[in-house]
Amino acid sequence: MGLSPRPESRLVQTHSDEPWITTRLDAFVNWGRKNSLWPMPFGTACCAIEFMATAASKYDLARFGMERQAFSPRQADLLICAGRVPFKLAPVLRRIWQQMPQPKWCISMGACASSGNGIFDNYAVVQGIDNIIPVDVYVPGCPPRPEGLIYGIMMLQKKVENERSSDKSLRNELEPDPKSQLYLEPHVIDELSEPFGNSVHQTRSGL
Amino acid sequence: MSNDPGKPTFTPVIAGSAIASGDPAGLPVTRKNVAHRGGDVNPSAGALKEAFGAAVRRVDVVWGETTVYVDMARAHDVIQWLHDDASQRYDYLSDVTAVEFRDLEQPIEVVWHLRSLPYRRFIRIKAQIERGQKLEAPSVWDIYRGADWLERECYDMFGLRFVGHPDLRRLLMWEQYKEGYPLRKDFPARGRFSRSEQLRQALAANPEARYSKEELSIADAFEDLPDDMKRRLGTGERVGE
Repeated sequence: MGLSPRPESRLVQTHSDEPWITTRLDAFVNWGRKNSLWPMPFGTACCAIEFMATAASKYDLARFGMERQAFSPRQADLLICAGRVPFKLAPVLRRIWQQMPQPKWCISMGACASSGNGIFDNYAVVQGIDNIIPVDVYVPGCPPRPEGLIYGIMMLQKKVENERSSDKSLRNELEPDPKSQLYLEPHVIDELSEPFGNSVHQTRSGL
Repeated sequence: MSNDPGKPTFTPVIAGSAIASGDPAGLPVTRKNVAHRGGDVNPSAGALKEAFGAAVRRVDVVWGETTVYVDMARAHDVIQWLHDDASQRYDYLSDVTAVEFRDLEQPIEVVWHLRSLPYRRFIRIKAQIERGQKLEAPSVWDIYRGADWLERECYDMFGLRFVGHPDLRRLLMWEQYKEGYPLRKDFPARGRFSRSEQLRQALAANPEARYSKEELSIADAFEDLPDDMKRRLGTGERVGE
């Protein structure tokens, strides 16, 4: 993007002195998207408290274009899952993700949402929300500080910035297997949920 | 005090109001240097022994709190008496739960925590279920309406049936949960099924299937409900939050 370097060209002369730009459409659209993400907080635990701190005046998410917190999935494009998700909540989170219109992204905030956190390796807690919905950015921490979440959000903004509309896989809607409702193979889920393996492959079993 | 379910009555209770003035027991103080064992016995324990005789098996005082072991068959009578008797007035049921020990010989205990606001007393009633006996305890829902969810939670976690509870079904886990009772000692911490199977069963649940019939008519989820829930909803009852 930038002012035309060729003021002598016919195009410039046709449009008189008014400034104009040329750019890739992707760059322009992504620039708009990354600076106006509407986050939908899905807060279930202490991470949500840190999220509130991030959104409040001291850390001020509005600086990153997130002026509006969307509390309806239908008007959101960024799902921030902050906190552990029990199995009872799994269909709810899945439904919320499916209700969000494209384009949409997901940040998994904190160790519980990313991997089940080890201490919640029990009968009631989903071992990482990526077993239920696709995740774009994982923010580590228990809970992450607001700086950590902002770093994750900036990573996501970088990701949005570099998207290409020619990549047809980008806007694929989540289509779970109609019979089992899983979108990953069962053995993949079992592997991801192993006691020390988790969704970001920080496995300790190999050490 | 009447406990007619048709006529809810409300009489405000002032804490300590039944204690004679000048009695140090009436002061709301935090006690210090409480002995581990052998502290002051709650006077209700002696009164229970007098009223119920051999049905009161043992009285323990641990960290200043009195525990009374009673026969399971008389547990409901004991709690009813503690609630109704003018010299006791245990008007607040703070918890119903159960304890299972790692020892396979030791009985499973059902625990009721009762509090008397007018007398500023706390008492713990325990009744035991021998191994091999039916996991059943009397419901105190007819005495304390607050027992509803406490007993449902206990049923959910231990599989303990409370006889007389009007609507005994799972509270924390979803109603179709198939893996058993999570707080039992033979229950593995990660559950009985593989993670993928657990997730498959959880995702099969319809998140709308927990509401009243009016809301359900919007979601058309009525057909997905278990049969007993359909029956209850058919009578106009609200289910879920």
